[in-house]
Amino acid sequence: MTMTDPTTSGRFGDFGGMFVPETLVPACQELEAAFRDAWGDPTFRSELDHLLKTYAGRPSPLTVCNRLSEELGCRILFKREDLNHTGSHKINNVLGQTLLAKRMGKTRIIAETGAGQHGVASATAAALFGMDCVVYMGTVDIERQKLNVFRMQLLGAEVRAAETGSQTLKDAVNEAMRYWVAAVEDTHYCLGSVMGPHPYPWMVREFHRVIGDEAREQCAELLDGGTPDYVVACVGGGSNAAGIFAGFADTDAQLIGAEPAGGAAVGRAVPGIVHGSKSYLMQDEWGQVLEAESISAGLDYPGIGPEHAHLASIGRARYEPVTDEEVVEAFQLCSRTEGIIPALESAHALAWIAKQRDEVAGKTVLVNMSGRGDKDVNQMMDVLGA
Amino acid sequence: MTGAIESALRARRDAGGKCLVPYITGGLGADWIQTLQAVAAAGADVIEIGMPFSDPVMDGPTIQEANDRALEAGVTPQSILDDLRGADIGVPTAVMTYGNIAFHMGFERFAQSLAAVDISGCILPDIPLEEVGAWAEAADAAGVETIMLAAPTAPDERLPLIVERSHGFVYGVGLLGITGVRSELAASAVEIARRLKAVTDKPVLVGVGVGTPEQAVEVSQVADGVVVGSAVVQRMLEQAGPEGVAQLVGEFRAALDAA
Repeated sequence: MTMTDPTTSGRFGDFGGMFVPETLVPACQELEAAFRDAWGDPTFRSELDHLLKTYAGRPSPLTVCNRLSEELGCRILFKREDLNHTGSHKINNVLGQTLLAKRMGKTRIIAETGAGQHGVASATAAALFGMDCVVYMGTVDIERQKLNVFRMQLLGAEVRAAETGSQTLKDAVNEAMRYWVAAVEDTHYCLGSVMGPHPYPWMVREFHRVIGDEAREQCAELLDGGTPDYVVACVGGGSNAAGIFAGFADTDAQLIGAEPAGGAAVGRAVPGIVHGSKSYLMQDEWGQVLEAESISAGLDYPGIGPEHAHLASIGRARYEPVTDEEVVEAFQLCSRTEGIIPALESAHALAWIAKQRDEVAGKTVLVNMSGRGDKDVNQMMDVLGA
Repeated sequence: MTGAIESALRARRDAGGKCLVPYITGGLGADWIQTLQAVAAAGADVIEIGMPFSDPVMDGPTIQEANDRALEAGVTPQSILDDLRGADIGVPTAVMTYGNIAFHMGFERFAQSLAAVDISGCILPDIPLEEVGAWAEAADAAGVETIMLAAPTAPDERLPLIVERSHGFVYGVGLLGITGVRSELAASAVEIARRLKAVTDKPVLVGVGVGTPEQAVEVSQVADGVVVGSAVVQRMLEQAGPEGVAQLVGEFRAALDAA
């Protein structure tokens, strides 16, 4: 199979769609048309490619991780999205969306953020393009990611606290959507993951497809035309996973999404509708959305992108939980053996490998090192009692 | 299909009056059923009952707070339905909640559950025209009127499609934004009423940003009436009791009748 376009109603199998207030329907339709047009326009593509190359630092390298491989008994390759400008894969999507917003004549972008990586990337792109930027962030996340808050402010963005509900990523999305309902005419909502209403899950995956396309080529070169046995990525909403999976969905590689145990939407496999699409969703017996709990603010989300729900339901990808403890261990192991401090999010993918070391013994495992862990160092000092 | 809601609103309009639909947060306070009854007696034509959802993206701070308080007090869709079973409210009612509450129970079962306790209509603000098919089929089969929203952002060609699919009344969204009281009526409120009236004979009510009797009167010069949410819910949050909430509704009724 390949990860192709969704249906005209924005469906990936049974999942996806456009479940938004009526006020936003025309904006979503306008965005879909604009994206379709831009994505087929060589001028837009070359403009974006140029930015990815000269501003974000693409292509990101592929690193063979010898010491970690030895430690875990398999051959581990890192796709180094942590080396992108702003420190994670998020910049790919944000440059794409901001360029598109500008093309659509919007003057302001709004974004939600969990760990702050998407917020920082959005603020960065807004600064680059001279646009206004408002970022919603849960109060709890503002506390645990102070450095990123200050970064966004330095970049000229306004950070607004989402004080409702669990005060994390889910509530930041709620607040961003509420703001968008009121400001839809001049504002583009720069959604940070492969979630939300059509066309976001598709568009955001396409903007991240570059990760998978590059990795496919780099792996082919390294593996004599071969592909890895496993492609592993962490999954909250699922943008970095979608990007790297897109390059390998049509190969024999096993696709693995590592979910935080406290936010395992696929693990529970209950479909639901929130934030614009139908997907798997953590909810109580009445359909009230539950609060996810994860050590990593970026994965602290009760849902998952609809295409992942589809890939899970047809058995093309596996989504498996790892615990906070396993993540903390993997975080340290990676730092110690590779000299790479991973983002806590990305450490989920490593934790999965460590957990499944019997399964992956002797195999080639490509990991999306989606972000760097500098932002997490303060938090880890507390966790480790340093 | 002309259900109880559309009949009640048409009757009010045919008699030369303006329609008044207050919104009450379901389950908020032990006396919420008495509040419904008092509000009906104070001149509501239909009452919207909010069924709290954890992530109400169309709602502003007032209704969010009411939601949270109700959820914290243990209110569930089932407890609201149970409270309503056998209660004589005096006017038709419609539930307003979000898609996942209905989806999770199953559209058919949810629609039948509403009908079973004499709830006549339903508003699901995050299920727009493009997605309404499966729900509307279940609602139609159960005899539940699906009230559709029409927003200022809709292009002209979209309005007839919304109007066609809407039963009970057509809910014109008064402004670009979420629910809540504003100091002035937005120009878009009258404009959406005018655009909707031009394409339908169904009752056209405007809500979102209609927070005072004066604003209700102003928009009702064009619209057939109003939905009043946050202003009413604010009274509930202040624990004004059934009489206190009904008093405010009575003020809206009097202003609309005098206009």
